[in-house]
Amino acid sequence: MNGDSQSTRTLQTTHFSGNYFRFLWRSFLLATEGSWLFYTWMTLLTAVALVGLNAWAVQVKEGMVLTNMTDHVSWGLYIANFTFMVGLAAGAVMMVIPAYIYHDRRMHDVVIVGELLAIAAIVMCLMFVVVDLGRPDRFWHLIPGIGRFNFPLSMLTWDVIVLNGYLLLNLHICGYLLYMRFLGRQPNPKWYIPFVFISIIWAISIHTVTAFLYCGLGGRPFWNTALLAPRFLTSAFVSGPAFIILALQIIRRTTSFHVGDGPIQTLVNIMRVTILINLLMIISEIFTEFYTGGTHTSSATYLYFGLHGHDALVPWIWSSIVATVLATLFLLCPKVTQNLWMLDIGCVLALVGIWIEKGMGLIIPGFIPSTLHELVEYAPSLLEWKITAGIWAAGLMVYTISLKIAIPIFTGETNLLRQNSKSA
Amino acid sequence: MSDTNSDSTPDQGTSRRTAMKAMGLTLGAAAFAKAIAPLTQWTADLSLDEFLQKHYKELSNDELANVIERLEAETKEEYGAEVEINDYRPEPGVQFGYALNLSICIGCRKCAEACHKENNHDRASQESYIRVLEMDKGSTNLENGNANYKHPVPKSDKYYMPVQCQQCDYPPCVDVCPVEATWKENDGIVVVDYNWCIGCRYCEAACPYHARRFNWTKPQVPKDQINPNQGYLSNRIRPQGAMEKCTFCLHRTRQGQMPACLEACPTGARVFGNLLDPNSTIRWVLENKRVFVLKEDLGTKPRFYYFFDE
Repeated sequence: MNGDSQSTRTLQTTHFSGNYFRFLWRSFLLATEGSWLFYTWMTLLTAVALVGLNAWAVQVKEGMVLTNMTDHVSWGLYIANFTFMVGLAAGAVMMVIPAYIYHDRRMHDVVIVGELLAIAAIVMCLMFVVVDLGRPDRFWHLIPGIGRFNFPLSMLTWDVIVLNGYLLLNLHICGYLLYMRFLGRQPNPKWYIPFVFISIIWAISIHTVTAFLYCGLGGRPFWNTALLAPRFLTSAFVSGPAFIILALQIIRRTTSFHVGDGPIQTLVNIMRVTILINLLMIISEIFTEFYTGGTHTSSATYLYFGLHGHDALVPWIWSSIVATVLATLFLLCPKVTQNLWMLDIGCVLALVGIWIEKGMGLIIPGFIPSTLHELVEYAPSLLEWKITAGIWAAGLMVYTISLKIAIPIFTGETNLLRQNSKSA
Repeated sequence: MSDTNSDSTPDQGTSRRTAMKAMGLTLGAAAFAKAIAPLTQWTADLSLDEFLQKHYKELSNDELANVIERLEAETKEEYGAEVEINDYRPEPGVQFGYALNLSICIGCRKCAEACHKENNHDRASQESYIRVLEMDKGSTNLENGNANYKHPVPKSDKYYMPVQCQQCDYPPCVDVCPVEATWKENDGIVVVDYNWCIGCRYCEAACPYHARRFNWTKPQVPKDQINPNQGYLSNRIRPQGAMEKCTFCLHRTRQGQMPACLEACPTGARVFGNLLDPNSTIRWVLENKRVFVLKEDLGTKPRFYYFFDE
């Protein structure tokens, strides 16, 4: 890097746009050049994403009758995944806080991995919302100015603002840092530090507002609890670090990016606290529901034990609880940071547990029994699984490509003057 | 590509790699086109006028007339039926209210059936805006209700409670709509602009009375069964992917008629009218009977009242 500084100074006089196009072109090359492993991975993701795209096209044409949603259970797998993904996006802030507030140097070096995850996760959130719309062609009705934006009354309009705002914030932060690294220039703190601090507060807001979507509905007692937003945040601060730990280990093995044990240790420490608070909140909710009893407990009874012979969600929620408890035990084990396989299993279990709990275990029982206390069950259709898998694949593509571009720029393997000689 | 050619990879490897990439790109593009083919067919059927149509409240009289003309033509083309769609507006000095006598309702579901026909509901799904709950005598707890009874009615140990849109004065469904596609009209009826709704179904989640219905697919009604007297905001055939709900049959009631569910009731359990008219039957019921509303604790202020004779 030092050797380049002299020449970059002269380059500062060249036109901004010229360099920026070089940056975009180089990014494009980085995104399309790679090892066979990279090509195989991307081809696989493309194939799954196309299957999902086709399923969605069919759903738009034939109608959402092809899903297993009904007037009784009117949100399903899409909104379940949406809720989980908002958590993943918010959870990435658990790297940003140590890096920027506690000035953890080693975390600072890898924080881009979390910020890019936030981008990919928000893109997936937006896709999950779009596929849940009966009329995606009328999407423009939601755009302030040309549509009719029911702000501030509708919590969904708040969600539109905070999710897109969070996406823009992270795009700006990542884009600016990458471009400066590419130019070989020191990033100017005033162009990104304020945005980093805004993004920390913003991360809290995205999951709070998403919880408010549900907990503000008086007709749905299962969601109508003040604990919902704190629970959302706590579980997000488990799932986010869990995903990042797995991503960091893959990056460490497949690229030249240096990922020390420090950031992983910090994330494990965070998870050790958040996963316990999450368990405490689950116990608190279960106690309040079942000790009180009465009609408002019907959904919880249905979820955990089944109601009047209907028990489709019982295996889901107990899998979630077992996975979360096991993950807690693994993570609390003092040897977990030495035995990485234990850490990996713990993270996977935590992710699975929270994916169920924030999705099928939260959205679906809100509708069962229905507001007139009818018991209509729900299990996703094949088409819903295809679309969901497609969005996951598309999100992983976004994440892979953005890491593929960011890592060589961050390691200095490529910059304005130097070509990337070997593909990662 | 010339940038990378100068790199360390040998020329032969690069050209093979480039050829593979070109092939991959072509295959990918072909697969993409194939994948979105159903969508391209669907958008071909969607007219630009429909796509760009403004919100009901923003349409001028001329624009609304054009929209109605288009909808009538589409109904003719797609369903083969000649229909007349009108934009029935609320009358000043009218606030609609509905009451239902639980002592004499026998649970025959004639109201639900009349709703099904009057409002051009999809035939296959047997949709209706009314669900009739069979309740245990001695309890008003909805948890003990059953909407799927299939035996002769009435049963002596049961009573029957039809539930439809309560036309709340504080409707949670209206608050949550992100695009203002649903609102409360001046006569108290909550309506949906079927051509503005984006189909997010947030209102359906918010409604405490299971009053909303979603068009999971394009409704199918045989030509000869279509009710040709249609309201723009009520019983016209709804588009796929939009939300709908009970409108107290505004295409009838704003013309001085009674709702279809009331006319179909064989026991006279239903009372409908203008709450502002002191001589109306609905006023007499509210002043002389002990009435209650569903889920009063939620603060939605329903316009639909239940009462017992004794």
